[in-house]
Amino acid sequence: MSGSLAWRVFRWTVLLLLAAYFLIPLWSMLDFSTQAPGTQPGRTLEAWRALVEDPALREAIIASLLLALFTVVLMVLLLVPTMVWVRLRVPGASRLVEFLCLLPLTIPALVIVVGIKNVMLWVTYFVGDTPLALTFAYVILVLPYSYRAIDAALSAIDVATLSEAARSLGAGWTTVMVRIVLPNIVPGVLSAAFVSVALVLGEYTFASLLHYDTLPTEIALLGKSQATVSVAASLASLILASALLLGLGLFSRERRTSEGQ
Amino acid sequence: MAKASSAGAGRRIISVGPSLALLPFLTYLFIFLVVPTVTVVVGAFQSDAGLTTANVRALGSEAALTALWKSVLLSGITAVIGAVLGGLLAYLVLVGPPNSPLRRITMAVSGVLAQMGGVTLAFAFIATLGYSGVVTEALRSWPGIDIFGSGWLFGLPGLVVVYSYFQIPLMVIVFMPALQGVRPQFREAAVSLGASTRQYWLQVAFPMLRPAFLGSMLLLFANAFAAYATAAALVSQGNPILPLFIRAALTSEILLGQQNLGFALALEMIVVVSVVMTLYAVLLRRTARWLQ
Repeated sequence: MSGSLAWRVFRWTVLLLLAAYFLIPLWSMLDFSTQAPGTQPGRTLEAWRALVEDPALREAIIASLLLALFTVVLMVLLLVPTMVWVRLRVPGASRLVEFLCLLPLTIPALVIVVGIKNVMLWVTYFVGDTPLALTFAYVILVLPYSYRAIDAALSAIDVATLSEAARSLGAGWTTVMVRIVLPNIVPGVLSAAFVSVALVLGEYTFASLLHYDTLPTEIALLGKSQATVSVAASLASLILASALLLGLGLFSRERRTSEGQ
Repeated sequence: MAKASSAGAGRRIISVGPSLALLPFLTYLFIFLVVPTVTVVVGAFQSDAGLTTANVRALGSEAALTALWKSVLLSGITAVIGAVLGGLLAYLVLVGPPNSPLRRITMAVSGVLAQMGGVTLAFAFIATLGYSGVVTEALRSWPGIDIFGSGWLFGLPGLVVVYSYFQIPLMVIVFMPALQGVRPQFREAAVSLGASTRQYWLQVAFPMLRPAFLGSMLLLFANAFAAYATAAALVSQGNPILPLFIRAALTSEILLGQQNLGFALALEMIVVVSVVMTLYAVLLRRTARWLQ
């Protein structure tokens, strides 16, 4: 059956229709963002130039990039030592840690935003009223994805033997973490970092409802006045996020093939 | 926790010391995950005057029920569309040669698009089907059709089209492993026992895939039900679905006590999503038993 002409025609028709559904919006973004203003014919890169020249947008981009950086740093500091420690010393807590890390998948971000007001007041009291206060909430958002990536990397190595070997040679716990375990799980940590950056760059729920200016909220705001610029910014952030996520896929495949040797 | 069977850990586990190292992590999650969630649950039953069920009863108001119904409708429709088209796409890709560029590209692109949502996605569709969108303009100039109409893109029908954009790829990702678990040997076995193609599909493949298919559909439902950013960026007027109704309750300054209504609405969301996710977990366990 799978070789018949009718089946092949059906298969390719469906595949092409789906491809059209997924590609047309992407192509439209490129077309739309390069349109000359008004009804004039021709192409212009005006909107793309505004991405770096518009001061508010530039500030929002910088804020989002810094947020991504801080989220990754805090996530790694919080998650890696805890997960390694659980494997080495308190294996009984592994189910609890896993449950807590995956919990944000079941509790929608919107719900956390609704309840986080008092906590955020307290955070801004300490760090000031900057978008970077969002870092603390974003670590929760990226937790499930980061946990899975790091857990996979930790499962692939024998943490107990490595650390016992290091300890028997006189290494302290800090040395074990930083110089023994961490270098061995770099691919997992990088995967976690990539996903986190992609998520943070596109996060809108927290930023908009807590009234912070990040790239997505700025894009939404621009959409009301300069549609072409906001579409250009959307496409740019989409390209960046895809590059990160595709890089991640490439990365994990390379790791798998090299481990298969 | 007390009965760690591994010999090395058994001795140490008795002391509380090692567990203390987990405190920073646990404290962090307590503050930024548990406290907000508990705030919502408690707040749903509180008013300025004390304990009350008024907030929860307000969920029965017509506006709140309409929002809930439309959310269920949107999540249900996009879950079915996503599951059917995503499942079909996964199958059509899978019957091709293994390691073909088509399969690799589909998996990679699905991974990206399933995460795509929010502002980016909303503007992609505004650029495509909005009033001066590329496709709208193109159809307006050649066959002379106005597909923009009266702005359906910014209502429930538009949300269905836009949500499908991340639901279909998500289905491909979550359903592909189950589909790969149905080995060609099963078919050969069925055929060697005299089954026709039709019998194989109806009596072997479909029953095997049913839990995974339904489970994936539930995951898609929860995914759409909890989504906020895409709808918020797309719909600026009116509050057709539950997440936007919550936004209105949060940002409205007209009525005092709206914040507590926001808590009740958020609680409603937790309840729906956790029921759906629990069913998903049950189905997933059943799938795992079959497809190893």
